[in-house]
Amino acid sequence: MLTVRQTRLAWLLVLPTLLVVAFVAGYPLAQVFYYSFHRADISFVEPTEFVGFKNYLFLLQDPDFRGALWNTLRFTFVSVFLETVLGLAIALVIHSNFRGRGIVRAAILIPWAIPTVVSAKMWQWMLNDIYGVINVILVNTGLVANKIAFLANPNTVLWAMVAVDVWKTTPFMALLLLAGLQLIPADIYEAADIDGASRWQQFWTLTLPLLTPALVVALIFRTLDALRVFDVIFVMVGVNTATRSLAIYNRQTLIDFQDLGYGSTVSVAILVIIFIFVFLYMRVAGQGVRGED
Amino acid sequence: MRTKGLGYYAGRLLFYALVVFIVIYSVFPFYWAVVSSFKTSDALFSSNPSFLPTPFTLTHYQNVFSGAAFGRNLINSLIVAGGATLICLVLGVMAAYALGRLRFPPKNAVLYIVLAMTMFPQVSVLSGMFVLLRETNLFNTHAGLILSYLLFTLPFTVWVLTGYFRGLPRELEEAAYVDGATPIQTLIQVMLPLTGPGLVTTGLLAFIAAWNEYLFALTFTIGNNVRTVPVAIASFGGATPFEIPWGSIMAASVVVTVPLVILVLVFQQRIVAGLTAGAVKG
Repeated sequence: MLTVRQTRLAWLLVLPTLLVVAFVAGYPLAQVFYYSFHRADISFVEPTEFVGFKNYLFLLQDPDFRGALWNTLRFTFVSVFLETVLGLAIALVIHSNFRGRGIVRAAILIPWAIPTVVSAKMWQWMLNDIYGVINVILVNTGLVANKIAFLANPNTVLWAMVAVDVWKTTPFMALLLLAGLQLIPADIYEAADIDGASRWQQFWTLTLPLLTPALVVALIFRTLDALRVFDVIFVMVGVNTATRSLAIYNRQTLIDFQDLGYGSTVSVAILVIIFIFVFLYMRVAGQGVRGED
Repeated sequence: MRTKGLGYYAGRLLFYALVVFIVIYSVFPFYWAVVSSFKTSDALFSSNPSFLPTPFTLTHYQNVFSGAAFGRNLINSLIVAGGATLICLVLGVMAAYALGRLRFPPKNAVLYIVLAMTMFPQVSVLSGMFVLLRETNLFNTHAGLILSYLLFTLPFTVWVLTGYFRGLPRELEEAAYVDGATPIQTLIQVMLPLTGPGLVTTGLLAFIAAWNEYLFALTFTIGNNVRTVPVAIASFGGATPFEIPWGSIMAASVVVTVPLVILVLVFQQRIVAGLTAGAVKG
């Protein structure tokens, strides 16, 4: 029968991918869990020793972990919020008909196309305290009296990171929301026009509710991405208590402190935090994420 | 019809002002990097910088390519990103055809495993991947980086291509079966040519993701013989720690980014479709 042959063929085709997944995801993940219960150093000079939940107990009292968590949460909430508002504004602009729409759409894709490391370097140069163009503009227009060392000041540095991340990732948000907007049928707006609803009313009563599914998906994607932020912060300011994110602290424990055991525990904690967010979103979104067939 | 009064024109003016602002906001940082890369060091470190590259110089580009390292880094990036893209396309097509067109019992389970993989953060398998690469003697090799990159390129590719395959009309397949083609022949001769655009888009997105990757490249390579371009740019140093060669950094950044920007602009429509398919359907 065809179906038996089909099943066998399907297995044959999927098997290589499953093997790779098991090798590059399953195996490393198993190692992470294993070492999170051990005392181990990453150069394997010291013998590995089982310590039970000791690493996890340490994690609960680790102020550095808590600091990194707090930085990451602030970074995530503020940048995702700004990206959503800006992304929605940009999506609405590109969705409407005007001359030069193609150019604007191409323009907003540029930040997305630029590697994160490169955009971090570009912004580091623009935010330079002495020669940076941002300071020059701020001083020349009289907005500030003295140049600001954005990246050296613990009060501004995290928000500088947010600004760069927002610049880099708002296009993605805008594109997802634009795709959502294009799914809304045009005739409901014609009906609303006839009923005399203002643009503003139409936005709140039609556009926003109908856009919610796309909005939820975009929010999930951006939140998960922001929670694992590494490149922007690491390249621009390195390892610094004012900006250290969970991912940066995780790498620091593993590579700088050579602590394979505790570093793995931090990894597990990050996974748990990400899963908490996924779970919360799933609950809020209900059937927002589609099942198959 | 509404008459086009003053309010209408004021509204249009505001709208276009917004459009101009969006364009400047999106493009200016890249523009500034390009301008900076062509400026002389004197002009670069001026307290009143010009918005055009005057006087114009190619010194920074010469500096970037005069050492052997950056050229080597570019080749490394091409090998690693190209290798990862090729492998994930071959495996991805096979898996996606099965997941999109064939029926077999644990299909949904496989799809969920693939989807779950796209969610977990790279850093949380960093130590495990380190152990894996050490045990397989692939630490600090191109093959090791390619392997580790499959972690994020493969699930994405499978997910998006599954969508493409599912969208193809069933009649084509049935016609091929009636003509006596085996499913494998159907895949290669009928379905594959039709997924061409999908393959190009997904391949491009996978390539960009691998080209831009930083954390694994930083952690799993030592020295310039394997090091990729993002790591090189991030660690560009001057003659002394106090002298950051901004001109050269900007020149290197432009070299790495311009091909990507051109690719993205050329394939704009498809990339947007691919991105939104990969994300919205997730």
